[in-house]
Order: sequence, then structure tokens, then C-alpha cells
Amino acid sequence: MNTGAARWLAAAAALVALPLVDRDPYHTHIFVLILIWSFAYTSWSMMGRFGLTSLGHGGFMGVGAYVTALLWNHLGVSPLLGVPLALLAAGALALIVAYPCFRFRITGHYFALVTLALSGIVLQVITATRDWTGGSLGYTPEAAKGSKFLALQSSDKMTWYFVALVLWAAGLLVWFWVDRSMARHAMEAIAEDEDAAAAAGVNVTTEKLKITVLSALMTALAGAVYCQYQMFISPDTVSGIAVSLQMVFAAVVGGLYVALGPTVGAVITILMAEVLRIGFGTKAVGWDNLIYGAVLVLFIIFLPQGILGTALQRIRARR
Amino acid sequence: MIQDFLDIFDIYLLEAVLNGILLGGVLALLALGLNLIFGVIDVVWICYAELIMIGMYAMYYLVTVFGFSYWLAAPLCILLVAGLGALLHFLVIEPLLASPPINQLLATGGVLFFLQSFATVAFGIDFRNLGIRLPILGLGDMHFSYARLLAFIAALFGMVAVYIFMKKSYVGTAIRAIAQDRQIMVLMGVDTRRIYLITSALGGSLAGLAACLLVLQYDVHPFIGLSIGPITFLICVLGGLGNFIGGFVAAFVFAEIISLGGLFSDLEWGYVLAFGFFIMMMFIRPRGLLARRL
Repeated sequence: MNTGAARWLAAAAALVALPLVDRDPYHTHIFVLILIWSFAYTSWSMMGRFGLTSLGHGGFMGVGAYVTALLWNHLGVSPLLGVPLALLAAGALALIVAYPCFRFRITGHYFALVTLALSGIVLQVITATRDWTGGSLGYTPEAAKGSKFLALQSSDKMTWYFVALVLWAAGLLVWFWVDRSMARHAMEAIAEDEDAAAAAGVNVTTEKLKITVLSALMTALAGAVYCQYQMFISPDTVSGIAVSLQMVFAAVVGGLYVALGPTVGAVITILMAEVLRIGFGTKAVGWDNLIYGAVLVLFIIFLPQGILGTALQRIRARR
Repeated sequence: MIQDFLDIFDIYLLEAVLNGILLGGVLALLALGLNLIFGVIDVVWICYAELIMIGMYAMYYLVTVFGFSYWLAAPLCILLVAGLGALLHFLVIEPLLASPPINQLLATGGVLFFLQSFATVAFGIDFRNLGIRLPILGLGDMHFSYARLLAFIAALFGMVAVYIFMKKSYVGTAIRAIAQDRQIMVLMGVDTRRIYLITSALGGSLAGLAACLLVLQYDVHPFIGLSIGPITFLICVLGGLGNFIGGFVAAFVFAEIISLGGLFSDLEWGYVLAFGFFIMMMFIRPRGLLARRL
């Protein structure tokens, strides 16, 4: 066995063993959050790395979470069916918004602003339909009366840790799958020069749509899982511009162009928020975002490759 | 009976239309500032609404804590936000001028987080207002808030002032020239750095003016930017980014949709309708309302 595979196996074993060794429920809770958000940030970076800066992912996440929860509470549809339906809704939304954007060559800031509008819309719709969604006060999926499995609910943090771990690993696999596919070359060509890519026989609109829908589906799945785990969602935690920017922020800080970059970003941002919260209590309200904001600006100016991206670059340069 | 109903309904409809026009004035002012920055520097300030929020807090503190009169506080607030705009350009945008535009947009996203949490830390999350209650004007059976009327008139004055500045002054001419061709103007001996700073300050002062007007109508809190910001971006994109007249028209179209939509149901549904309209327009006129079709 070569050393590369051995390292991966060791890392996987360590991750599986983590909650069994560290049984503190609070720690497990943080691990689960990190894994779920890492998955969401990875989903965002699937598009972001090709220059498709979407600020609409808060919207996809909100659709994933709310559609799942609404179907369960109002129609009694099990999340086993509800999650696929939510993904379908998010995918349809992505198509509706992205198709005209790509068809009419809306790129760069235009694309960012149009998608920004999308997260605004989802937030407003959730708030406006407060009779069903609870509006800005948030929403709780009803606790299962019968089978917990049918409701995809569990109060055991350990179970959730493994669910989130599988989810996160699947996200990385998809990332690598795209990284090795023709789509990656097509997308890189498109990011460089759309006209040249089109002239070389790349179907620009289709390629962009594929990656956008994939990214939106994954983000919606992250939203649905987050909802099932936390059993509480509010428009501010799963949708809107703040969540979209949070995704961008973590991915950029960790490293947009490397597979584990968004994960590193999630670890840093979540740990920082938790340390500040525990260290300073309610006095810390706002301080985490104050630091986030300043750090994001500094990173974009001085370290646009992100922490992991820069570190890997240094290591490679030394070899 | 039905005739009575129609009479009342029409009055409400007219009131909503007129209120929409008043709202449109302020939205047009917001869009103008953002369009100016985009048209000249080719940067989108995602944190534009947060500058307005800081301006609203400045008004709150100047008026209620330091006891300034409203009319004295307003110019101070405009100056302060103009300074903030210039500072934002100097600290964040200038080092990024050579990098991809999307990085500039994301950096101002960082500033958005920063200003929002700065306000949370420094001012707390309470809703605050000036405590000035302006009268409601009655016209026939219709009612208009005086604050809205004032905002509309001031916004129009602000826009006319910017227009005159851009058309008549030397600096204004240089700004328009840069908006047309960034490379050539450097060769013509124009100091783009200075023009960018002036433009940023000008954009900031428009945000400051908007702050003075909005603080009369709304309570200020650290997250108010998230409710003003998206609508401003939508208007700018709908009008065509950097297209001043398009932004102006789009502001009124949007205001009417919000106002009329709000008439038939909740105000939020007015917003939802406006957003839906926006997406539909992206299909029909992706480059903005006034753009020629591709």
C-alpha cells in the first residue's frame, strides 16, 4: 500500500473514532455543525472555483430546509420523500434563475447581484408566508409520533455525527469527481474566456447549468440535514444574504481552489465563533462577525488563495 | 352599495399610486449612488446599505444624544458618510483595483459584515428612532406621511444637484469621461486616483442623504441594511448597472409594484411581487429595462 492511501485511511479512521474518544456531547455537537457547514461550503465552492460567484446559495439552503420541514408538518410527508422533493424544488429554482443568466451571458457582478436577489426573494417569501412558516420567528419540525426513522429524526448526537460525516465525505467525493471530469476543463475554459471556449466546442450554457444545479442540490441537501439535526430553522440561519455571504467567506478564507479549503474555512469560522461565545458570553454578540468581516477583507487583499491554498502552494514550492 | 365600494377602492388605489411615487424618489436616490460608483469605478459596493445604516445611527446620536437640530445634523451626517465612502475606497477597493472584479465585490461583502457587527457591538441591537413624529397630510380622503413627501423632495433635489455637478463642473466632466473609457483618460492626464476618491465620496454623500431621509421614516437597527440593500441592487440591475436613467425608471416601477402589491395584501407580498417581476424581466430584458435587445 502506498503512503498516500495509508494517510487517507488514517485520516478516515481518526474521523470515525473522534466521537467515540471524545464523548462530550457539546464537542460532538460542534463536530456535527462543522461537518454540515463544511458540506454546504464545499457545495458553494463547486461553482465559486470556476468564477461563478453565487450569492444565492442562502436561498437554496432555505428551500432545502423549509420545504422538507413544511411537507412534514403540514402534509405528514416523511423527509425520506420530502428531502428529494426539496432538492427538486431547489434544482428547479436554480434552473429558473440560472438559465436566463447563462443564456444571456450575465456574468461577474451581474451574476452575483442577480443571485443575491434570489436569496433576498427566498427570505422575503419565508417571512411573508408566516402563517405557514412561522415567519422570522423560526420554525420547528414536529417531533415524530411514530417511527423516528421515517421522520429522519434522532436525538442521539453520535448518529448525527456519522450522518454528517458521510454527507461531508460524499461532498468531497463529488468535488473530486468534478475535478477529474471533462466538466472541469470545460468550466476552466469558460472562466478564462467564454467566447474562446464556445469556439472550441464547449457548450457554455449547458456546462454552467450542470455545475450550478449540482451545487444548488448539494446546498439544499445541507439545508435539509441542518433542519433535521437542529430541529429548528429560522429565515436568518438558513436563508438570506447573510448566509450566502457566510458561505463565500468560509470558502475564501479556507481556500477556494482546493478540496479541503471550505472545510478548513468551516473549522476556523465555527471554532472562532464558539470560542468567542464561550469566552465572552453575551458580550461577544457581534464580535465574531466583526472579526470575520475584517479578516475576509484582509484575506481577499493579501491571501486570495485562502489559508489551505497558500499553505499547499508553499509546500509544493519547497519540494 | 357597489358604487360606494368602487369610490373607496379608487381612493385607496390613487393613494397607493401616489405613495408609490413618493417611495420611488428615495429608491431612485439609493440606486443613483450605487450606479455612480459602478459606472465610474466598475465596483459594486455590497455594503452600500450598511453605509446608510451608519449614517442613520449618526443622525440618531447627533439629534437625540448630542441635541443637534435635525437641519444641522443632516449636513454633518452627509459629510461623515461621504468620508466613509472615500475611506472604503482608499482602504479596500484601491488595493484590489487590479484583481478580478468579483474580489472587490466580496471584499465589500466583508465590509458589510464588519459594519453590521460594528453597529451591533457599538450601538446594541435595540431599534432606535429620532422621536420626531411628523404630521400626516390629508388630501381629500387620502393620507400621506409628511416624512415621505420630504424624502421625495429632498431626493429629487439631491439627484438634480448630482446631475448639475456632473454636467457643469470640471470634475464632473472628468468623472463622466472616465466612466466612458478608463484607459484613455489616464493618457489624457487625468488623475484617476483622485477622481475615484471624489466619486466614492460623492457616492457616500448620496448614502448620507438617504440616511437623513430614511431615519425620519424607519427605526434604525444594525440589520436594517439587509432590508434596504437587496432592493437597491435589484433596482440597479433592473435599470442596467451603471445606467443612471435606467435606475431612475426602475426605481419608480419597483416602488409602484411594492406599493400596489401591498395594497392588495401585506407589504411583504408587495416585495415578493417586485422580486418576481425582477426575475421575469431578467428573461425579457437581461441587460436592463432601457437596454437595447441583444
